[in-house]
Amino acid sequence: MTTTTTGRLAVVGAVGTAHTRVEGRDKVTGAARYAGEIPFAELAHGWLVLSTIARGRIRSVETAPVLEMPGVLTVLHHGNAPRVDGDYTGPMGPPDPALLVFQHDRVPYAGWPVALVVAETSEQAREAAEALVVQYDEEPHDVAFSAGRPGTYTPADTPRAAAEQRKGDPVAGFAASAVVVDAEYTTPEEHHNPLEPHAAAAQWDDGRLDVVDSNQGSAFVAQELAKLFSLDPGAVRVRSENVGGAFGSKGTRPHQVLAVMAATVLHRPVRVVLTRRQMFSLVGYRSPTVQRVRLGADPDGRLRALDHEAQNLTSTQREFIERSADPARVMYDADAHHTVNRVVPLDVPTPTWMRAPGEAPGSFALECALDELAEKCGVDPIALRVRNEPAAGPVSGLPFSSRNLLACYEEGARRFGWAGRDPRPGIRREGRWLLGTGMAAASFPSGAAPSTASVTAEPDGTFTVRITAADIGTGARTALTLIAADELEVAPDRISMRIADSDFGPAMIAGGSMGTRSWAWAVTAAARDLRGQLALGGSIPPHGITARSDTAELIGALPARERHAFGAQFAEVAVDVTSGEVRVRRMLGIFAAGRIVNPLTARSQLVGGMIWGLSMALHEEAVRDEVSGGLVGADLASYHFAANADVPVVEADWVDDPDDEDPVGIKGIGEIGIVGAAAAVANAVWHATGTRHRHLPIRPDRVLLAGPGSHRQSS
Amino acid sequence: MREFGYQRAFDVPGAVALLGAEPEARYLGGGTNLVDLMKTGVERPALLIDVRELPLDRIEATDAGGLRIGATVTNSDLAAHPEVRRRYPALAQAVLAGASGQLRNMATVGGNLLQRTRCGYFTDVAKPCNKRVPGSGCPAIEGEHRNHAILGASAHCVAVHPSDMAVALAAFDAVVTYETADGPGELPLAEFYRPVGDTPHLETVLPAGALITGIVLPPAPVAAVSRYRKVRERASYAFAIGSIAAALDVRDGVVQEVRLAFGAVASRPWRAREAERLLTGGPVGAEAFAAAADAELAAARALPDNGYKVTLMRNLVVAVLSELSELPGAPGESGTTDLSGEAAR
Repeated sequence: MTTTTTGRLAVVGAVGTAHTRVEGRDKVTGAARYAGEIPFAELAHGWLVLSTIARGRIRSVETAPVLEMPGVLTVLHHGNAPRVDGDYTGPMGPPDPALLVFQHDRVPYAGWPVALVVAETSEQAREAAEALVVQYDEEPHDVAFSAGRPGTYTPADTPRAAAEQRKGDPVAGFAASAVVVDAEYTTPEEHHNPLEPHAAAAQWDDGRLDVVDSNQGSAFVAQELAKLFSLDPGAVRVRSENVGGAFGSKGTRPHQVLAVMAATVLHRPVRVVLTRRQMFSLVGYRSPTVQRVRLGADPDGRLRALDHEAQNLTSTQREFIERSADPARVMYDADAHHTVNRVVPLDVPTPTWMRAPGEAPGSFALECALDELAEKCGVDPIALRVRNEPAAGPVSGLPFSSRNLLACYEEGARRFGWAGRDPRPGIRREGRWLLGTGMAAASFPSGAAPSTASVTAEPDGTFTVRITAADIGTGARTALTLIAADELEVAPDRISMRIADSDFGPAMIAGGSMGTRSWAWAVTAAARDLRGQLALGGSIPPHGITARSDTAELIGALPARERHAFGAQFAEVAVDVTSGEVRVRRMLGIFAAGRIVNPLTARSQLVGGMIWGLSMALHEEAVRDEVSGGLVGADLASYHFAANADVPVVEADWVDDPDDEDPVGIKGIGEIGIVGAAAAVANAVWHATGTRHRHLPIRPDRVLLAGPGSHRQSS
Repeated sequence: MREFGYQRAFDVPGAVALLGAEPEARYLGGGTNLVDLMKTGVERPALLIDVRELPLDRIEATDAGGLRIGATVTNSDLAAHPEVRRRYPALAQAVLAGASGQLRNMATVGGNLLQRTRCGYFTDVAKPCNKRVPGSGCPAIEGEHRNHAILGASAHCVAVHPSDMAVALAAFDAVVTYETADGPGELPLAEFYRPVGDTPHLETVLPAGALITGIVLPPAPVAAVSRYRKVRERASYAFAIGSIAAALDVRDGVVQEVRLAFGAVASRPWRAREAERLLTGGPVGAEAFAAAADAELAAARALPDNGYKVTLMRNLVVAVLSELSELPGAPGESGTTDLSGEAAR
């Protein structure tokens, strides 16, 4: 039996040094289990059937022949499914209507769940699901997205953000501007498709609902399931031990609800796994955007007027706003400042948060427009941005918690070799390739949300941390281990980090770049409390000594500030205008993103974001077929993203930028890696060719038709 | 998925007999396309006859001075073969430009010829497609067709053939050999694929039940100075949006012989005979190359979103023929052509 002080190693400083993932060995050896493969006795398998029409009503679900097929246990549909309660406000507001599965006969978009076939084996369920005949009464649908199309509206403000913000007089501001950029940019529908498909298994265990899932926040999923099925919150347990990627797509989705429904009906465990193709309509995506950016400036590039109008689509079921105009409220000041995010509902699935929602498409438009202004003013793109660096929030007037963007420019320019860059486009050639360089700025909000944690001092001298965190591949489990170790002043191998179990209590999701910061705060608070208890001395009882934390009060007491991470992105490209091929040759991102907990996984996270930005610039695009209303090529062979051969030397690094308000100094690095990356690539393509590409992705056909040089615009 | 049988064949007559006994059977080569299509429900065979163990895995010189390539030779082995690289470098380049290392290790020459289009309507059983369900319609014409055909298409189907290898084979006058229950046969590749017409679901003129046993490449000294160039929407792991296989023999500034074939423009590899005819006996140079390309592409019928392919193919003809005409050395001497495919960095 150890005491509170002996047996503890005086190791401080795990945070800030590189550590491989604590579960890394399990993952690379296959020992780590994922939701789709965890064994259950008597497990039945559900297979979804999705609508093939984009709007209408289900006339009939012809279950009889399918129920005769081998192994089939049941077919759930709107005619026989258990009722769920959708009349509540959850952590994310009212429930997504897509979660109210099989509650009515309406079909609001192609790929809407219409039935679940449950069978003894996954293969039997699939064969039966593919054989199931569903008859529809089809209605005309509308999936055509375009700027200002009928039905577009300005949504109501939310408690977190205004839809529209105005300062000064834009008309006068633009009139007084010697130089004006006025350009429309578009980004296509993009999908986040983690390597591990969505999967959930549900069973009833002694009156409790037990769900083994792959999600971004088990406490949130548990809360949502409890509301939907009218259960006591304590009667639902959701676990999500390992997650093979999420990116915003793994909240509560129809398959979890269906696994619970089927387990309830059949009185046995049921698992539902989505196929890749099903994921394209069931787990959210990034809406296409149309964005008009107008910049009015003095001849030296100083902004007088800034107007960013963004528009996205949503479903007829739920309003989702892709807040593309928001970055302008943070990045650049002007006496006249107007930003708005508009939306139009169409017969399509509801978009959702996807890596850097708002900032990713918004920074593409805004940072390309800045590049166009630099060209028009004859000012270096970095100098232009430095000239327009605001002292306080351009619209809010609030002070920045910290804003080390200038340090990012300086370090980035030094490492990239920006100095002496010839700004003229279309003049560098290497064989058939035209070469160019470009840069862009990046920002992403930094925040923390209330979370709870417990830390237990075990009799053997180790510590067990329990928190409903989610490690969606980011290395959060490892980061929290280091943070706990430092706070407890022990080596990281003395920490047992237990996460992703809703029984551990409420905690923030892995989202909004807020996960690690929010959880670290709670872990730190509990560990401090525990240290205080242990300092009193005495032996540790067999069940240990546990301290608990809830950061709601601490976080609620934070003063109003502009809190953001910042960064500078650089890219060099080669373009063959006779074939349309664009190759990125190198990328560099320098970030001011708070204290970096684990440089190894942090670099990986940032580089991953930058590669995604490359992919966004050149490859990613889901194609919606207006006739059927569905996607064409909803698979990872047709939905192109950067292959290894597209990814050059990508370097990510950071400047010193600890957040003084945060106990660990964290700002959050989940999403900023992608922000500005696509703009840096697009600006480099202009520098290479002299052609502005304002529509993503910059595909070969677009480059080819735009032709070489001569400052033409792409269509 | 549908339950299916699996049987391995060990000799050619045995394989042909197995297929003859089960009309819903398919030969299985590397499975890199067929198995995918089975997973998505596009193909639902009752029986797979695995032909990978057949003794058709050799590449041999023919008496005529060409090469005979067995049907079960893998793409990797084909691309690595010294005689292929020396005598028909564009063929090796074409194979290496396709798929990934893992897929090339599995994929076979016979299967490659019979792979199906990657048209997004064909691969999605929830959508109409005349090739998959005859008479159901072709939504690509009104819908997504950026990578569809500009040559030889019909109102019934505008899909393109996905093979890179077949484009190089077309340039080199390859002949497909096959076996049926009635004995062996052969077909020039130029006649192997059917015109689309109103039967896009019928893709080749292979007799029912035939098993491809190999490909014969006739001797072609011109092929020694040849090149395959592929343009795609990412640097790897994507099908061509336009590709070209070209071989050129120039003496004293006059084109002695030229071979040109286009990929990703039609339902089959497109041999550019009109361009070849115009170039033969004439001068080299960008102007002549462009005029020949224009003549070949005069037959192009673009849809609203794939007209860029006309420009792309014209540019590729000029770029690749210019490159070949500037290479030192005559046919037979050039063993130095870049085999790795062009990289930007």
